[in-house]
Amino acid sequence: MRVLIIEDDEATSAYIQKGLIEAGHTIDVATDGKDGLALATHEEYQALIVDRMLPHLDGLSLISALRETNNTTPALILSALGEVNDRVQGLRAGGDDYLTKPFAFSELLARLEALVRRATAETQETTLTVGELTMDLLGREVKRGETPINLQPREFRLLEYLMRHSNQVVTRTMLLENVWDYNFDPQTNVIDVHISRLRRKIDKNFDTPMLNTVRRAGYILRAT
Amino acid sequence: MRHKTRLFYSYTFRLALLYALIFSVSTLFLFYFFYLFTASYMTQQVDDTIQAEIQSLAERYDDAGLEGMAALIAARVRRQQAQTTGDSIYLLTTYTLQPLVGNLDQWPKNTTADNDWIEFRLVINQETNETHLARAKIFRLPGRYGLLVGRDINQLTEAKRRIVQALTWGLAIMLLLAFAGGLVLSRRTVRKIERINQTTRSIMSGDLSRRVPLSHHNDDFDQVAENLNQMLDRIQRLMEDIRRVSDGIAHDLRTPLARLRQHLEEARRQAEPDAESARYLEGSIKEADSLLNTFNALLRIARIEAGQIKFGFREIDFHALIADVVEFYEPLAEEKQQRLTTDLQAGVRSWGDRDLMFQAVANVIENAIKYSPQHGEIRISLRRLDDQVVITIADNGPGIPPAQRENVFRRFYRLDQSRSTSGNGLGLSMVSAIIAIHNGSIELQGNGVGPGLRAIMKLPLTAQPAPEMGISTSTPTPTPTTAIAVN
Repeated sequence: MRVLIIEDDEATSAYIQKGLIEAGHTIDVATDGKDGLALATHEEYQALIVDRMLPHLDGLSLISALRETNNTTPALILSALGEVNDRVQGLRAGGDDYLTKPFAFSELLARLEALVRRATAETQETTLTVGELTMDLLGREVKRGETPINLQPREFRLLEYLMRHSNQVVTRTMLLENVWDYNFDPQTNVIDVHISRLRRKIDKNFDTPMLNTVRRAGYILRAT
Repeated sequence: MRHKTRLFYSYTFRLALLYALIFSVSTLFLFYFFYLFTASYMTQQVDDTIQAEIQSLAERYDDAGLEGMAALIAARVRRQQAQTTGDSIYLLTTYTLQPLVGNLDQWPKNTTADNDWIEFRLVINQETNETHLARAKIFRLPGRYGLLVGRDINQLTEAKRRIVQALTWGLAIMLLLAFAGGLVLSRRTVRKIERINQTTRSIMSGDLSRRVPLSHHNDDFDQVAENLNQMLDRIQRLMEDIRRVSDGIAHDLRTPLARLRQHLEEARRQAEPDAESARYLEGSIKEADSLLNTFNALLRIARIEAGQIKFGFREIDFHALIADVVEFYEPLAEEKQQRLTTDLQAGVRSWGDRDLMFQAVANVIENAIKYSPQHGEIRISLRRLDDQVVITIADNGPGIPPAQRENVFRRFYRLDQSRSTSGNGLGLSMVSAIIAIHNGSIELQGNGVGPGLRAIMKLPLTAQPAPEMGISTSTPTPTPTTAIAVN
């Protein structure tokens, strides 16, 4: 996919560029707000990565300006300000996700892919299917093949999120924000414990595991 | 209500009351001496009149003997009865005190001494039993004739009574006025002090932009307020400096650290997956991550303490929030075969920052799970007591010695036995900072008789949002240091 990076810090910009190119994406780079806005308006991108503090025009104003012209390209805001308020301001300005510097590249990539996925697939489904796993969103039922799987409400939401982002890495913070809906830092590996409980339910007694751990990044639900 | 009691306890009111008391006592003395001298002067006048009558009777006695004096007495009594005025009393008796002449029917009882002043009740009206007080001097004349010369002093006693009455009323009114004056004065003072208090309270809860209003009379209170305001200006400047410095440090140190991590990650990506160098790189990335985490936690605490978070205050359903925390940590407890039991009161709502509150409760529960033994039990309760939200988290772990309980809220403080476990020593500092911006308190206690620890968090039940923060409402502006570090 084609991504525009608007970032004035060369090191960060180069870091993102390198990673995204390795992941097979096409990259354009702008180093200040004005150039960024011009590029974003005139070119077609699948996603924008926008630094919050930019010369000439700051990131939030840039996104607001873009949204006013009905440009809905998903935008990921990068910022050194990590407080909840800053995050809320960023999302209110029209950003789709918010990532605090410093970040791991895997986190950025996972979030970017989730953004693009969300932007392209916005249909209201009643059933989710990933490989032999099916989830009936109305009947709240989950089956792997013909075997029904009994899930707790939170496990259901966890699996639903993983299924909506199947074949794509989701990070621990993404799960915290989207499944638990709280923005906080657990000091321990609680998310891993939740995942392993879910894994026991959907992968036990089956030859091929669907829910896999991606080292130093997060988890991925594969259709096998 | 609270305002009322504060009024009565106020220093000014007590001062006014004390002043009224001292003033009353001195006035009481003044009145007492006034009465004493007036009354004795009036009595003296009566005595002088009686003495003058005696003098004239004595002269007649010397000139005309007993008969002459009796005639004079009779004449005077007649004149007095004819005029129906005059208060003089005369009585001349035989040696057995049988009345001979005069306007008194009988010799007063219990008066045997000679040449003595007496006071007795004078019957004015037999039917109504009306009596007046009379004052008289009695003599025994040669031949043991008894002579009494006196005056009805009803007017005198009435005058004395009136004076006492007037003075009592005066004193009562004066006391009432002093009390009312004290009330008015102290209400004004209390109002002024309350204004200062309100300002300082909202400043303590983080709104540094507030200032004490001035009344422009340039009185003592204005001077106190002005000094306070100048002090606040200074504190605000210092706080902003600290914020600038900490933001600066955050960027100056975090940014290179982040780059270091990026490079390590890059190197790790290029290294052979099974090479020994890959293992070292992975370890380095982990170290960098934990450093970054510590930095973030430290910065977060600093920002919470600076009151920059209150922007995100809204109504929290504590029952739902704590149930969510418990549900989140249940699997972790199950891994250690610990039990999380809850006793949560429904419908407990108050204002606060939802994410921070979750973090605070989560940190305490996480500690409880971490330090409690296998098969331990952690009890979590939520109660509304009076106007407080009370969250109690009790475990049966090793507990904390009473002397160290306060210390664990300090940054980087770790108990000796917990040094070996993971964590950065900032978890409880963060809890304490979060509780503080919610104007609450946290206390650690022993867990009854057995081992263990009980953490009690108390938050005021607020129906309305706390005042918005002066600093947080404005977007933090990038500082020169920040600009250099990032751009």
